[in-house]
Amino acid sequence: MSDNSIKFPMRTPLGRVRGLGSAKGGTHHWWMQRVTSIALLPLTLWFVFSAASMTGQSFEATQAWIARPFNAVLLLATIGLSFYHAAIGVQVVIEDYTRGELVRTGGILAVKGLCWILALVAGLAVLRIAV
Amino acid sequence: MSKNSDLRDATYVGIRTDGTRILRPKSPHLQVYDMLQITSGLSIGARITGCAWTVGLIFMVWWLAAAASGPDAFADVQWFLGSFLGLLVLFGLSAAAWFHTLAGLRHLAWDFGYGCDMPAVHRTGRAVLIGTAVMTVLTWLVAIIAWA
Repeated sequence: MSDNSIKFPMRTPLGRVRGLGSAKGGTHHWWMQRVTSIALLPLTLWFVFSAASMTGQSFEATQAWIARPFNAVLLLATIGLSFYHAAIGVQVVIEDYTRGELVRTGGILAVKGLCWILALVAGLAVLRIAV
Repeated sequence: MSKNSDLRDATYVGIRTDGTRILRPKSPHLQVYDMLQITSGLSIGARITGCAWTVGLIFMVWWLAAAASGPDAFADVQWFLGSFLGLLVLFGLSAAAWFHTLAGLRHLAWDFGYGCDMPAVHRTGRAVLIGTAVMTVLTWLVAIIAWA
């Protein structure tokens, strides 16, 4: 047992670092990656098997499936969370393997911008069919 | 050694035995670890499949946008996804998605403090590989049954 666990017996390591760091947000990126991953577990199961069972469906049947409120809401959630999770995930890959401020910051901004655009395109498509 | 344009790289400068300077790799990298080890292989695998899935999201966007555009655009997606290349892409994506999902589950367990000892790491590593195969086959069984 370390000294910390004697001084703060009830606190987890995550609890201790929360609110620390220069911007008081040192764990936000890490935490959001976990939160979105947990949310994406059921959503991904649902989406992958739904998409698989839509194989060979006609245009009309696909539109009707997307238009159902249950599917439309879950699709919007899947789109938003997938692109959020993807953007902050690729950000870490860029931070780890690229050198130079311009490449790093430029790369991260480009990926985030692309993710935003793609998420909006997909979201608008769902809303256009469902609403 | 190239010009150092990043202050953070100052800590990555190393010196070879002959005295010349070299930039160390930034992160544990492909050239450092043995990728045939299940530990490092699955670690970089989680990253690669995450990146592949990110790129693969484009097909979901295309599918949804085409369904919103009209029958002609939708026929184009159907044609591509049903082609040999399209099926190959979809198969690779489904395997990558299941691998990343199961590897992510393993990471979540580690975050909660479970399975961090080496025997468990090897055991869950094998489980991720077997699980990926099982779930990918299951996904395509559903797709083939829906097709027929």
